[in-house]
Amino acid sequence: MRVELDGEWVTAVPGQTVAGLLLARGRVSWRTTRAGGAPRGVFCGIGVCHDCLVVVNGVPDVRACQRLLADGDRVRCQDGAELPS
Amino acid sequence: MSSVVVVGAGPAGLAAAAAAARAGRDVLLIDAESRRGGQYHRQDLLDTTERFPLPPGVEHLAETVVWAVEPGRRLHLLTGPADGPGRRRRTVDAAALVIAPGAHDRVLPFPGWTLPGVYTAGAAQAMAKGQRVAVGRRVLVAGTGPFLLPVARAVLGAGAEVAAVLEANRPRWHTEPRGLAAGLAKAPELLGYLRTLAKHRVPYRTRTAVIAAHGADRLESVTTARLDERWRVRPGTERELEVDALCVGHGFTPRLELAVAAGCALSGGFVSVDPAQRTSVPGVYAAGEVTGIGGADLAAAEGAVAGLAAAGAPVPPRLLRRVRSLRRFAAALDRVHPVGDGWREWLTDDTLICRCEEVPYRALRAAAPGARALRLTSRAGLGLCQGRTCGAAVADLCGLPGDAFARRPIAAPVRLGELIDEENE
Ligand SMILES: Cc1cc2nc3c(=O)[nH]c(=O)nc-3n(C[C@H](O)[C@H](O)[C@H](O)COP(=O)(O)OP(=O)(O)OC[C@H]3O[C@@H](n4cnc5c(N)ncnc54)[C@H](O)[C@@H]3O)c2cc1C
Ligand code: FES
Repeated sequence: MRVELDGEWVTAVPGQTVAGLLLARGRVSWRTTRAGGAPRGVFCGIGVCHDCLVVVNGVPDVRACQRLLADGDRVRCQDGAELPS
Repeated sequence: MSSVVVVGAGPAGLAAAAAAARAGRDVLLIDAESRRGGQYHRQDLLDTTERFPLPPGVEHLAETVVWAVEPGRRLHLLTGPADGPGRRRRTVDAAALVIAPGAHDRVLPFPGWTLPGVYTAGAAQAMAKGQRVAVGRRVLVAGTGPFLLPVARAVLGAGAEVAAVLEANRPRWHTEPRGLAAGLAKAPELLGYLRTLAKHRVPYRTRTAVIAAHGADRLESVTTARLDERWRVRPGTERELEVDALCVGHGFTPRLELAVAAGCALSGGFVSVDPAQRTSVPGVYAAGEVTGIGGADLAAAEGAVAGLAAAGAPVPPRLLRRVRSLRRFAAALDRVHPVGDGWREWLTDDTLICRCEEVPYRALRAAAPGARALRLTSRAGLGLCQGRTCGAAVADLCGLPGDAFARRPIAAPVRLGELIDEENE
């Protein structure tokens, strides 16, 4: 499976979540907070805290720990509050 | 009208579904995750071998979130990849409903806890079990409760080094002979964890905690300290430790919103149930960690009771005795791992209490009293997680009941487009 991470096409395996792939690639943060612009990544790992948000295929506020990757997905960092593109 | 609907495919929900199906009822089993198992039995998503085959008579809706419950046992579902868009919408009316959504980690706030690299204990566990990744290279596990041990083992299993396991209490088991006896069956599992720690030379320290995390834009080090019985820092015992990941857990918080929306009464911060796992609402049952934190065995036993009761089948006394005995053990575990109130002294004015809205301790103290007023003036608990993460701590700091933040009519994030699109129905 090929997916795009912040502009770079990388290999992913079926069953991998967005957070699983990002952590496996050594990333610890991939979004900034709305007010403070502070970096965040996974915190709860089970969909409860909403810290791990990413933009998937132009749709923001997707929880990276819950979202399974699909072939061709385009994933990028989320900067504060974003509107769908 | 569906026969028995079970929400949550963890130990409790799986047992409930199997029991109701065996009693001859059609069962619909719903879970937000893509695979069955819940937290304790979380499956490795990279391996397609199914560990929990469906019993006959059970239909499983995977990747399906229950985002609202109406009184009268009507459930609103969305099925599809997490957080959409374009998930399939569906409404289900349950003849009998078993609510088994489990719990999530409780983490007390401390300076630096919002840095990337600080995880809940459960997150480290979930990433290791479900995704085969370690949350760091050199990992510290801290907090309180027996759950820290399987977390340390899972992190080791994923290939990381565990710098230490820090338990804030010194569990006084000699004060709990009856509870201990009820939990004897768990001894081999516990010994297994301790053996793994010993083999990897992982130090296990009691009355010790992480009181601050440091780093520029990710975790680089932590301050640990020895604690007294109430979790106040023993002056002069502070030490710096370099780690790239910290996993913290101070017990669990039940996921109450579905039960609250269904109208179920709570007691002591959990869904209140009778011996047949009936809630205060006719036809609605609850099982597993929403009714009390007690581990996977108790969740499964309660689930089996709830499944039989929801199917209108008799519940064997043997099963009821098993639930009672496991509850005794759980209560004892809880008593030997209390949360000391000294953690408040770890906070500084700038420590963020609400992670979503970035509300510092200072703002919380200045805010108006009362749950509603407090939220509106400080914004604590008003962010995307709806107070799930900070609710227990905010309640504690402001003298509110522990379930002050449990009312969430929308139980899971829904995109407006998913509600408007009529063709979806
Ligand atoms: C992250 C985490 C990891 C854990 N790992 C372990 C471990 O390794 N060992 C251990 O002894 N204990 C572990 N625990 C403790 C665990 O809570 C219990 O051991 C046990 O899993 C509880 O069983 P349960 O059936 O009550 O709930 P769970 O196992 O939590 O199952 C509940 C299920 O309900 C689903 N759900 C919740 N809300 C909704 C909704 N609105 N719509 C659809 N589905 C929903 C969830 O996706 C979940 O699959 C863990 C807890 C957490 C939070
Ligand atoms: S890490 Fe908490 S929602 Fe994803």
